[in-house]
Amino acid sequence: MKFKQIAGGLLDRRYFLKKSLVFSVAASIPAYLTAQTPLELERTQWMSEPGLGFSNYGQPSPFEKKTIRWTMANSHTPGNGVSWTPLQDLEGIITPSGLHFERHHNGVPQIDPAVHRLTIHGLVTHPLEFSIENLLQYPKISRICFIECGGNSNAGWHKNPIQTPVGNFHGMVSCSEWTGIPLKLLLNEAQLQPQAKWLIAEGGDASLMNVSLPIEKAINDCFVALYQNGERIRPENGYPLRLIVPGWEGVVNVKWLQRLHIASQPSMSRNETAKYTELLPSGKAQQFSFFMSAKSIITNPSFGHQLNRFGLYQISGLAWSGRGKITRVEVSADQGQTWLDAELQDPILSMCFTRFRIPLEWHGQAIVLSSRATDETGYVQPTRTELIAQRGRHGYFHYNAIVNWALSAQGQISHVYN
Amino acid sequence: MSIIKYGLIVFLSWMNPSHAGDALSPMLGNPLSETTIQQRNFTVFQNGQGLPVGQGGVTAGKKIYTSRCLSCHGFEGSGNSAEELAGALHRLTDNPPDKTIGTYWPYATTLFDFIRRAMPMDSPGSLSTQEIYDVTAYLLFLNKIIDHNQTIDNKSLANIKMPNRNGFINHYKNNN
Ligand code: HEC
Repeated sequence: MKFKQIAGGLLDRRYFLKKSLVFSVAASIPAYLTAQTPLELERTQWMSEPGLGFSNYGQPSPFEKKTIRWTMANSHTPGNGVSWTPLQDLEGIITPSGLHFERHHNGVPQIDPAVHRLTIHGLVTHPLEFSIENLLQYPKISRICFIECGGNSNAGWHKNPIQTPVGNFHGMVSCSEWTGIPLKLLLNEAQLQPQAKWLIAEGGDASLMNVSLPIEKAINDCFVALYQNGERIRPENGYPLRLIVPGWEGVVNVKWLQRLHIASQPSMSRNETAKYTELLPSGKAQQFSFFMSAKSIITNPSFGHQLNRFGLYQISGLAWSGRGKITRVEVSADQGQTWLDAELQDPILSMCFTRFRIPLEWHGQAIVLSSRATDETGYVQPTRTELIAQRGRHGYFHYNAIVNWALSAQGQISHVYN
Repeated sequence: MSIIKYGLIVFLSWMNPSHAGDALSPMLGNPLSETTIQQRNFTVFQNGQGLPVGQGGVTAGKKIYTSRCLSCHGFEGSGNSAEELAGALHRLTDNPPDKTIGTYWPYATTLFDFIRRAMPMDSPGSLSTQEIYDVTAYLLFLNKIIDHNQTIDNKSLANIKMPNRNGFINHYKNNN
């Protein structure tokens, strides 16, 4: 069986499947059929003593202590900062809840669900409040979707490529299964008035964070989540209630949701004017940019990983788009001159992480690995040069350019620009 | 039979996210009095709607700033651990640009609103309405938007024309 190998050592994405069939036929005779003297059976320590007892809440293996969020906060105000998902250590598409990225403006509130209320008022016929106890009784939906901070990957604007693990650079994105109540159901109960054009959502933390959303998005696919990955939402992700706005920048997915103000105009709050707006070279700034455009990154191998043998590797990465499904991810090993389609792992869901994989045959060649995502609208992830030509270098938010990892002859990986 | 069928339809419509909004609701929302709504309503709009009655001035604001804000935001609005509030040296088209209240913020109402919501960060909600107006006036003064003897109130704040008032493009409207 012949497999096309392109510049740099990338192989056809079906390589693993076909190759294993060929190999299994040629396997050698097992040792137990040829041995003369009976061999002692192997038994590790944990096969020789009873294991630990049951636990009320399971924890990762003590051998996985390095798989943690990287935290970065203002020293004066420890509740103001970010923690990043360690994308370089994770596989599949679901981010464990305890590793979901965080952006808090003033710490994680310890909200008592018995006291918390969701208030809906403004341009509605029936202003209403909902207790959590009551919300738990509403019909629910589940949806697996990513949440990405509008400021994710912002180091990409720097003059020189940042040398840091992929999670510390792109880890303000995570993907969970969220379960909750379609917002439309609650808005119908309150009855929107015809002049209702915006929904201003507010969180009940110490920063009372608020942002405005067009009402059509709120009606279309937003929901108020009570559960994350099957369990009630973690405090740092919005317990007891979070607004989920599929595909749109993280800041509008308001945590600790306590109030929905229906209005004819946006509130022009700090986090939709001074922040989460993108300054352009003209001096004007884009406001209400909302959609997270298609993006992909190779997470393995990536910065900090070391290739220490020659032979076959599997490149693995993540792609997502705020405008729908990922339809294609291509990988290049020669600085973007030639591209090969990666295998897209099922499930491929709209506004959700999609895992992609492709084999690489590595024999010490120095190469540059890049990935490029296309979504169902036909949008293709831009190169950094293209993005900067459009947006300049001072927009800060919404950076989604192609990421390149240079693999040296020694098997080390560094971040390079195209 | 017809009851089962009816129940099933409703159930299926719950299961399918695209129809979920059409599902029947248990209608468990509780009505709210106008007083309760007012007590919970923090929203301030750029036209001044939502601003509480009150006024403030620069001199009083400077005192509040010095005792409650300076430790994080620095002398005259720049230099310490928290965000720069004044003292921009660069324009928005410079490299790098300075995005401060004076150069970037489109509405003065946002300043009152944000301070009332979130500042001072170590004790949010601890300033009186008067103090919020005062410190807002001081920050507008530091950004050369009002004079040192000018006062602001719930009527005038929305009329202050911020230098970057027309600096924003509605990206959502232009792309949908
Ligand atoms: C304990 C430190 C601390 C104190 C005290 C403090 N702030 Fe802040 N302030 C911050 C931090 C940190 C931020 C950035 C907030 C964020 O990232 O959401 C901030 C942000 C702001 C902003 C928004 C700046 C921007 O460009 O978006 C304003 C306005 C502000 N503070 C005003 C004040 C005022 C007025 C006071 C005094 C009444 C004050 N702050 C006291 C820490 C502080």
